[in-house]
Amino acid sequence: MNREDDLVKLARQLRWQLGENFHDKLVEGIYADAHQIVRDAVQRQESGATPLDIKIDRIVTSKRFGFPIMFALLALVLWLTVVGANYPSAWLHELLIGKLYPLLHAAAGRLHLSPGLAGMLIDGMYLSTAWVISVMLPPMAIFFPLFTLLEDLGYLPRVAFNLDRVFRGVGAHGKQALTMTMGFGCNAAGVIATRIIDSPRERLIAIITNNFSLCNGRWPLQILLATIFIGALVPAQWSGLAAMAAVVGIAMLGIAFMFLSSWLLSRTALRGEVSSFHLELPPYRPPRIWKTIYTSLMDRTLIVLWRAIIFAAPAGILIWVVSNIQIHGVPLAARITDALDPIGWWMGLNGIILLAYIIAIPANELVIPAILMLTVLIHHHTAGVTLFEPGQTTQVATLLRQNGWTLLTAVNLMLFSLLHNPCSTTIYTIYKETGSVKWTAMAVLLPLLLGILITVLIAFFWRL
Amino acid sequence: MTGEPLHTTHDCASCPQATMAHLQKLGVETRGFDFVVALAGNPNTGKSTVFNALTGLKQHTGNWPGKTVTRAEGAFVFKDKKFKIIDLPGTYSLLSTSKDEEVARNFLLFGRPDVTVIVADATRLERNLNLALQILEITDRAVLCVNLMDEARRHGIRVDLRALARRLGVPVVGTSARYLQGIPELLEAIYDVATGKVRCKPHRIQSLPPHIEKAVRTLSQKIEQQFPGLPNSRWIAFRLLEGETGIIEALKNQMSG
Repeated sequence: MNREDDLVKLARQLRWQLGENFHDKLVEGIYADAHQIVRDAVQRQESGATPLDIKIDRIVTSKRFGFPIMFALLALVLWLTVVGANYPSAWLHELLIGKLYPLLHAAAGRLHLSPGLAGMLIDGMYLSTAWVISVMLPPMAIFFPLFTLLEDLGYLPRVAFNLDRVFRGVGAHGKQALTMTMGFGCNAAGVIATRIIDSPRERLIAIITNNFSLCNGRWPLQILLATIFIGALVPAQWSGLAAMAAVVGIAMLGIAFMFLSSWLLSRTALRGEVSSFHLELPPYRPPRIWKTIYTSLMDRTLIVLWRAIIFAAPAGILIWVVSNIQIHGVPLAARITDALDPIGWWMGLNGIILLAYIIAIPANELVIPAILMLTVLIHHHTAGVTLFEPGQTTQVATLLRQNGWTLLTAVNLMLFSLLHNPCSTTIYTIYKETGSVKWTAMAVLLPLLLGILITVLIAFFWRL
Repeated sequence: MTGEPLHTTHDCASCPQATMAHLQKLGVETRGFDFVVALAGNPNTGKSTVFNALTGLKQHTGNWPGKTVTRAEGAFVFKDKKFKIIDLPGTYSLLSTSKDEEVARNFLLFGRPDVTVIVADATRLERNLNLALQILEITDRAVLCVNLMDEARRHGIRVDLRALARRLGVPVVGTSARYLQGIPELLEAIYDVATGKVRCKPHRIQSLPPHIEKAVRTLSQKIEQQFPGLPNSRWIAFRLLEGETGIIEALKNQMSG
């Protein structure tokens, strides 16, 4: 069409007359107008004293205290989670598995359900769901509100400010600190959040390495194993502290791996300049504590729990089925885990854990329930009989130890939980955001291979 | 509120409780709306909090810039009209080319919302007005929502809302969205602008050097000749003079679509 060409021609002519600095003049004009309007409409009482915000920022972003305060806050949040989750977890376990589970079996018996159907529904679907709830709900119900309070307060941008130097040092973008902290909630959310990074190179680094942030599907596993195996290494009064230290250690290790792999990527496949950016430190806002707790429980906790349940119920049925299909007298699941056992042994894990990881590709939350169910169904295969004695809250620990778990198994499982492929939701998100099979594959394989390498090395030296 | 407003005196009808009684939060149910409202503003000014207050949704809010990266949609009914509302990601400027600001930029220019609510931080009004002035170049149906008034008060900042409204030529409402203060007034303002009860005369950028102003006028007149009824010919002229010739293509699509 002709008329557009006319416009473009006229615009080009005028641009020629105006010279190069049109953009600057336009922006100057806008600023001047804004300044004038505000001068007329806004009155400020200058108090002379330094505002409290700035005083606090001088401390929490200082070179000396910035990092210690960050570690202390993370440790505090995790300690409250570990210690606080213990009791409700035990109650829920007692209620759902100690009390309700035998009742369901009794009811099934009275209704004359076939043992197969009853097993699939109760030992499969119900049990896996009950485990997900009792293991996941309490830590999430404590961790999320605490994290949201920090977020509402305005602390996250300060974390980004503190970590900016480190990120720049490894050739990544300072805003990656924000996407990293989002990843502590959910890696898929963290990957979407990388849109705040302009440069495609640095955005890819942030996407590929986001999985090194422990997500909410993995925190409960860390907390559970740390409580059972690490906490047991020290006298009872110190066990909460030791467990917390172990979980903080794993989270820190994840951050270290994020830096390391960012550095590697920015030296190899994603070479380039570090771009500069401005970051606004928002004012501290006193969080509305009850509202925050309520909404973070309703939104994050229940939504994440619901997602876990949706995946757990069918996964429970699947696990029950593969544990009960017999091939030449041996359950299918046992055949698979037997085949995986040698690989598991090299990694300091076992076949059941590896099969659990395959089943849990849709959601990391499933790893623990899948491990427990497979362990129970394969090794104590006594269909129809109640597998759990009511009133025993340390059952998980006993069960795992009985089946040959050692400190090495726990340590390596914690490490493998940190270092393995992202869940399928995150993988799909990465593909949507990058639009590239190559980078998606990189994001999947990099942590997985790293996890295998590290666990094999640790298992090797541990056994020397 | 099923009965007829029989004896409502003016005072009673305009009090906040009465106004809120006309609000029906619809969450994500956005079908069959009468008007589209866009929420725009600098990052971290409380757009999502305003959005939640109007729709009853619980869009995640957080105290850091860049929290919303995709647009969220919701709906509410106020009085006799149904509004669809879109929470846009925060943006510092419409003149930039950065990716995270693209969603907001494109929607404001080509989505043609019926009302654009510009959410500004009362404690950082001058910086926030830079974006507001750009938005007022694009649309003549806008409301300025000066949010975080409680914080401004705490910091000894007094905002003269009437003076702002006079200078900007659009309704200006002060809010503390976290505490639902000012939301009734905001609803009234949105309703009035959407239904045409209030006509805006938005501020146009004045402090341009004469030779630039002349070039902009020449070009925008030509644009209006060729695209009659275009409300933002000056903005198109700005973009063309910056060398963004692609905007013509987009404009053509919009006019034919």
